[in-house]
Amino acid sequence: MAEEVKLLTTWSSPFALRVVWALKLKGVQFDSIEEDLSNKSPLLLQYNPVHKKIPVLVHNGKPISESLVILEYVDETWRQYPLLPDGPYDRARAHFWAKFSDDKVSPSIWGVFIKQGKEREEAFDQIFENLKFLEEELKGKRFFGGEKIGFADLALGWIAERVCVLEEIIGVKIVEEEKFPLVSAWMQEFVKVPIIKESLPPHEKLVTKIRGIREKFLGAA
Amino acid sequence: MAEESVKLLGYWASPFALRVKWALKLKGVHYEYVEENLPNKSPLLLRYNPVYKKIPVLVHNGKPLAESLLIIEYIDEAWKQNPLLPDDPYERANARFWAKFFDEKCVPEVMGAFASKGEEQEKAAKARENLKMLERALEGKPFFGGDKIGFLDIAVGWIGIWGRIVEEIAGVSLIDAETMPLLTAWLNNFLEVPVIKACIPSWHELLEHNKGFHKILTGSST
Repeated sequence: MAEEVKLLTTWSSPFALRVVWALKLKGVQFDSIEEDLSNKSPLLLQYNPVHKKIPVLVHNGKPISESLVILEYVDETWRQYPLLPDGPYDRARAHFWAKFSDDKVSPSIWGVFIKQGKEREEAFDQIFENLKFLEEELKGKRFFGGEKIGFADLALGWIAERVCVLEEIIGVKIVEEEKFPLVSAWMQEFVKVPIIKESLPPHEKLVTKIRGIREKFLGAA
Repeated sequence: MAEESVKLLGYWASPFALRVKWALKLKGVHYEYVEENLPNKSPLLLRYNPVYKKIPVLVHNGKPLAESLLIIEYIDEAWKQNPLLPDDPYERANARFWAKFFDEKCVPEVMGAFASKGEEQEKAAKARENLKMLERALEGKPFFGGDKIGFLDIAVGWIGIWGRIVEEIAGVSLIDAETMPLLTAWLNNFLEVPVIKACIPSWHELLEHNKGFHKILTGSST
């Protein structure tokens, strides 16, 4: 049966990257459609009228938005390389850490990235609190998914993929190996996984872009 | 078969705990309810939910779970009778998408209108705009779940009660029958379903409780 899988995306979006990772791990062939978010295409507005954001997965003409919702859809539709574990409790825990990533970890790291001086120090406290939970969760495990990467790893993977970029820009270590040895080890292991490694956005291009975002943000503040 | 233990840590005035109660009741699951004396959080709550320190928390055979929508999905998977989510992956994705939209785009706006002193009309207008979008998911069905209530119905349904409370206390309009005929009709049907109706706290008590809450949030004098 001819299957059509399209992904509306941008080269630098960490949310879109989650979906790319999932599709590649499952060996699903897909077409990437690069969106210009300053000039959103009629296609994007048609497929995601509610949020008008990427990523959007379009499977045989049916669109799905919101990266974690898409990940779950991908896992339920293509059963090879399961991202979620079998048991309901372990599945719920994987979802919990994915939600934690977006609810708590992401805002706290963004906070450190855009703040300065005393405000930044306070933002670090928030990060440490969040990282402590992740450190605890990784005890006895190589990945959040166990022996191989799973749903929670893909959801949290932006930390491994992007934090080094942020650290380079602000010149400050955000995830210290001494304080968080397991999280640091996980970050290194994650980006070594071949499918993850080959999908990483170009480093220098990403640094330039994100530095620009930060400068714009600080300039507007 | 070993005896099953299901505990729900909740708060009588919490719509998020109510969602989980509805899910358990719809599945016919027997559970022990533990009322948390908020804001004095018990050691049990802090142990079971160290990350967010909030209710609801479901504890199934000693294993705790937090975050109401995740708990509902877990309940749906752990007890297979009366499925809450549809079978088809695309329909499931739609249900999850709209539940997330409601929590992230409707609830904060409603809370914003409730907590505001001076900007409540603008915030209510934004809330109405987003609530109206939910009608897309109804698509001419009696319930979000189709012919019978499902995941999205119990995720969103509490707005029928709390929404009216915010309207009364803050003097705003949130669920407008004229501009949201589908949502209004759905709410009227949903809140009359016996299992749903039986779990709803006393309107009067909820109103008084939220009046007090409103005073604190808006810094109003008594």
